[in-house]
Amino acid sequence: MSTEAKPVPAAAQKRKEKPQAAQDSQTDDKPAPMGGTTREERRALLKSMLLQRRFEERCAEAYALGKIGGFCHLYIGQEAISTGTMSMIRPDDYVITAYRDHGQALARGISPRAIMAELFGRDTGCSGGKGGSMHIFDKETNFLGGHGIVGGHVPVAAGVAFAIKYRRGNQLCVCFFGEAAVNIGAFHEALNMASLWDLPVIFIIENNRYGMGTAISRSTANEDVVVRAKGYRMIGESVDGQDVFAVRDAIGRAAERARKEKRPTLLEMRTYRFMGHSMSDAVSGTYRTKDELEENMKRDPILLLHNAMHEAGELTEGDLHKIDDEAKAIAQDSWDFADASPEPPLEKLYTDVMTDTTS
Amino acid sequence: MAVVTYRDALTQALREELQRDDRVFLMGEEVAQYNGAYKVSKGLLDEFGPMRIVDTPITELGFAGVGVGAAMVGLRPIVEFMTWNFALLALDQVVNAAAKMMYMSGGQYSMPMVFRGPNGAALQLSAQHSQAWESWLAHIPGLKVCTPGTPADAKGLLKAAIRDDNPVVFLEGEMLYNTKGEVPEGEHIVPIGVAEVKREGDHCSIITHGKMVLVGMKIADDLAKEGITLDVVDLRTVRPMDVEAIARSVQKTNRAVVLEEGWEMCGVGAQVVDFIQRECFDDLDAPVLRVHQEDVPMPYAKNLERAAKPDAAKAIAAVRKVLYLD
Repeated sequence: MSTEAKPVPAAAQKRKEKPQAAQDSQTDDKPAPMGGTTREERRALLKSMLLQRRFEERCAEAYALGKIGGFCHLYIGQEAISTGTMSMIRPDDYVITAYRDHGQALARGISPRAIMAELFGRDTGCSGGKGGSMHIFDKETNFLGGHGIVGGHVPVAAGVAFAIKYRRGNQLCVCFFGEAAVNIGAFHEALNMASLWDLPVIFIIENNRYGMGTAISRSTANEDVVVRAKGYRMIGESVDGQDVFAVRDAIGRAAERARKEKRPTLLEMRTYRFMGHSMSDAVSGTYRTKDELEENMKRDPILLLHNAMHEAGELTEGDLHKIDDEAKAIAQDSWDFADASPEPPLEKLYTDVMTDTTS
Repeated sequence: MAVVTYRDALTQALREELQRDDRVFLMGEEVAQYNGAYKVSKGLLDEFGPMRIVDTPITELGFAGVGVGAAMVGLRPIVEFMTWNFALLALDQVVNAAAKMMYMSGGQYSMPMVFRGPNGAALQLSAQHSQAWESWLAHIPGLKVCTPGTPADAKGLLKAAIRDDNPVVFLEGEMLYNTKGEVPEGEHIVPIGVAEVKREGDHCSIITHGKMVLVGMKIADDLAKEGITLDVVDLRTVRPMDVEAIARSVQKTNRAVVLEEGWEMCGVGAQVVDFIQRECFDDLDAPVLRVHQEDVPMPYAKNLERAAKPDAAKAIAAVRKVLYLD
């Protein structure tokens, strides 16, 4: 482990920096400090975010070694959104996302082994090695995929919510996509129907400010993307996506709206991607500067949570080491499992294209 | 047996399957209050209510995606496109979502859904409204493609499509809705992937599907008067294709003409000919000929449109050629 490449400044390195005092949290008029979470909940949030970070650091390494192929889009820097969201929804709710899906899959509770095996293209992968990085699926956790066409899955989320309504259920569907998807037709068609038909869905724009290598200012006439909710008579909210407590609060409100009022919500989570769009582009230097990247990495969501917990006097260096070591161990175990797993047998080439069943 | 229109046969299938399974619902433009742009869903809103007969905005990509999402979590949507020409806007959902979902999820999410609507040219609707899409759709692994040519097949195939746990693309002939034929009442299922010989003959095979089935039967009847008998093989479903039925017919007649509504390049006929040359090479007494739309966008002017479409005269000319009569 100690010899592994460290493509991203990790939380463990960050923790050596002096934590910046969270001045605001000391004022008494703030409602529910740290989102009213318990100490155990905060620990679980940190654990979830660190697992994603450590897991994806190993993904980058595996990609460089050729163990992961194709496209591989890392989520590093955005972990507060996946973790905050999943911590506020129920196991019987549905989750659907785009191709930057590892973080959400881990936060949802899909087996890290099955995810890594999928990335390695192995028979034991959660999609049997047929999906890869962009197509993580897991029926057990109602994880409806990883989808590779920008915006294509947004109407699918509306359809899932339609089915919930059809059955008079009180679940909801959470749909993640990047800010670049708000310019594609499918997004608008889906929002219109979700509002028109009162569907219980939470649309989450993860605004990391770049659609591949194109800055939002170069692609989007109105950068205030959340105002698009108004066009569809929907409540929209912009959220600090680096603050896991803010994410939780916003998801909590949207979830209540979905369950009680059967109304959709559009949330903009303001975040930043610390890595390139995929493994095939430089982290910085072409479409964004190193300075910009470094400035944004100061608001590492893991660091922010760590600082808050540290300030509250509930996280010693030893505690952090322990949680971090566990995350690293899970990532290592996932790697070992994937590496030792067989490739899909060739006869599976032709399975799962069609089912023989009728109803 | 009752004689009903192709349209009413489809309505029967929809009604019976909506009654049979409450997971089945119909969505699309004008399907509910308006009773369907082509009246295929007439009366269904009154019988099943607005949650199961759903009017949508004009947003093909969007509502096709809603169907995909609903199918992923256990409903059985029937997505109606007002015509398949408009469905081009929705192809991402048909091809990238519905057709591939089961495979890329490693078998976890099957897609029990039907995409249906009128296909092919009608009369003077010109370029953007006069197209036959089956070769495009049949290209995609993960889809089944039905092209019924008669009322009985329309009903039986639609019932089979709705019960199928795979995504089924269902192409109705826009010019066939008013055609009539005998249709069995109640439970009548035509299995997907099974062709039917609509006319039996010895001199030449006509391999066809969809609207051209009527042309195939007509020329068989006409040529029979001259002593030429045709074996008219109606594929009924383009994918999966009943290649055994094609082989049986060609091995009997030793000659074939492939008749389709769409364009020549990469058309369904190209696939049929490919199969015949591989599997029936030694049976052939003449090269296989194809009859199809001329290689132009559909023109508006009556005379030009007539010239562009495949028809009985072109089909007869091809038959005479493979019989070395001309």
